[in-house]
Amino acid sequence: MKFRAKIIDVGCLNHFTRVVNTVSRLTKACVLRLTCDHLYFVLSGRVATGGVSMWCELSQVNFFDEFQLEGVSADANEIFLEVAPENFSRALKTAQNAKSVKIKLTKKTCPCLTLAAELPSLSSVSRVVTHDIPVDVIPRRLWHDFREPQMPDFDVSIYLPPLKTMKSVVDRMKNLSNYLVLEANLNGEMNLKIETDLVSVTTHFKELGNPPWGDDGSQSSSPTHRDPDLMAEARVDIKKLQQFLMGQQVNPSKAMCNIVHRRILHLIFLHEDVSLQYFIPAVE
Amino acid sequence: MDCVATGGNVKVLAKAIHSLSRIGEELYLEPVEDGLALRSVNSSRSAFACFLLSPLFFQRFQTPSDQSFRCKMPIKSVQAVFKSLASLDRSVEKCRIQLNSEKSRLTITLHCKHGLLKTHNLSFQDCESLQAVFDKDSCANVLQAQPRLMVDTVLHFPPSLEEVNLSVSSDRVWLRNHVEDDADSSRAMMTELCLSAEEFDHFAVSTQTSITFCLKELRGLLVFAESSGLPISMYFDEPGSPVILNVTDSVLEGNFVLATLSEESHPKNHVNSNTKCPDTEQPPDDFMSDDMDSFLIAMETSELPGPSHVPTSPPRLSNRKDNRKHSFSEEEQEEEALTEGPPNKKFCSLFFGSVLPTPSHMPNQTMQSQEVLASDSEDENEPQTS
Repeated sequence: MKFRAKIIDVGCLNHFTRVVNTVSRLTKACVLRLTCDHLYFVLSGRVATGGVSMWCELSQVNFFDEFQLEGVSADANEIFLEVAPENFSRALKTAQNAKSVKIKLTKKTCPCLTLAAELPSLSSVSRVVTHDIPVDVIPRRLWHDFREPQMPDFDVSIYLPPLKTMKSVVDRMKNLSNYLVLEANLNGEMNLKIETDLVSVTTHFKELGNPPWGDDGSQSSSPTHRDPDLMAEARVDIKKLQQFLMGQQVNPSKAMCNIVHRRILHLIFLHEDVSLQYFIPAVE
Repeated sequence: MDCVATGGNVKVLAKAIHSLSRIGEELYLEPVEDGLALRSVNSSRSAFACFLLSPLFFQRFQTPSDQSFRCKMPIKSVQAVFKSLASLDRSVEKCRIQLNSEKSRLTITLHCKHGLLKTHNLSFQDCESLQAVFDKDSCANVLQAQPRLMVDTVLHFPPSLEEVNLSVSSDRVWLRNHVEDDADSSRAMMTELCLSAEEFDHFAVSTQTSITFCLKELRGLLVFAESSGLPISMYFDEPGSPVILNVTDSVLEGNFVLATLSEESHPKNHVNSNTKCPDTEQPPDDFMSDDMDSFLIAMETSELPGPSHVPTSPPRLSNRKDNRKHSFSEEEQEEEALTEGPPNKKFCSLFFGSVLPTPSHMPNQTMQSQEVLASDSEDENEPQTS
């Protein structure tokens, strides 16, 4: 099992760092899946995480100048590592002006992802900072836990309002209630609602637009059979939604959510070379 | 005593006090021959700092002729006098420190713009002179760097990092985070920064060595050096000997002395004998398991008859290093002293002797030369060494 990669472009390094920072804000531990073409940060839904799951996919060629992988075996040419993204974040933080950053799978007192950054210095010899991030290698028999999630059979798919606006609304709602209802229809309308004994607040968004899923999507009923005004809703823990929105460092080129009525809220953020999916289960 | 600092030196004085506050809770003030000494020590006696402000630092510098005045006070009260550092140089023109002996108060008067006078009367406690025994010039290794270099290197480590390891070879310097050898440590993230000797203003390494010391306490000095632009010099030897960081200019000198981890479980110079100090009480917020601290505390109070014995060489005492990581709560300290077995590595505590200005001032002392002052007899878990 071998892995080594190198980033030399400052822009790629910054972008990669932002992705890692976003992931580190969403979870304390996740699985890093490495294949020849992609990197995935995976969090599989579990009771411990409140059922939240995450799938973040990066196309390696857009970030790394060099990328060599030898997986577990020839027919399973992948590596699954459990890592604390915060460590990764910390390691990248002070390397933002590095001339190069190398990442390698190594074995120190335990398996590690070693990140070595060559930094500018006052002398002819570069400063080198090395971080050994401890990881756990996940055995092949557990890989099925971390498969790519299927696109759920959603009832409504809609583009999200501008993230900044949505975040500020959710932030204020969090002060009033622990749960938030997100409902939307195929007419581009979305409402964020909270209801407590004392107060109920609804924020209405209009003309958001609905993504044209067509045959690729797994909608069980075609759009024409569903009343466009009919709302699909999911009541979710507001902290989880807030955590997701807070973690975003860059405005995605596309932000949308799929709602499975009263079951799941599936949020999808797309950048050119990164896609981030986040599943929040609905609560009663 | 009557000292007056003016202009930019008021801010320098304030910054010195702020950096001392990162070390200990009390500020020891003592006018000496060479100027005004401001000192602080941490509760485990493993970090000591001293700023010596020469008479030239001050516009006026009058000290009591018998040089017997020394005091200590909570550093927070002194910091409160100099709060809002940023506006100090804009508003304060002059700072006057006077001893009001009738009322036992130290009066600090800030003469501000527009004729505004802010007078602070601080009560103080008499104490013995606080001095760590160290000798920079005898250190085998000396590095000097611009503060920017030190600040940039420290940036790579998290602010919460306690201990850091510094290793030197003939042309390289490595800084690593230090991790305890326990069950959790194998999962800790390790960071290492490697610098070339060329980045230092001065690089004199006579022996390849590796020392471990507390980074947190150093940050105060780094802030001071960075704002003053003064280069920082590091003097160190083998593990177990203290590391000394120094900033100097024509009118002031700052020394931060930090204990370093000794590699053996029984440090070479560990001297262990029964203390002969009178009336020791267990200080309420001290977590050292041996009696050294109580002796030192007793030394600093005015109850002691006079300066007591001074060892001729700095003996080394072990300190429970593990305690450093915990919060300073009494229950924890006592439990630890009783339940933990001896750790493999121990920080050496710096010895603080009662430093006397001249030998003629010690008529009644009982010189107990090489003996020091800690007893492990009360703690069954401590290794018995002699």
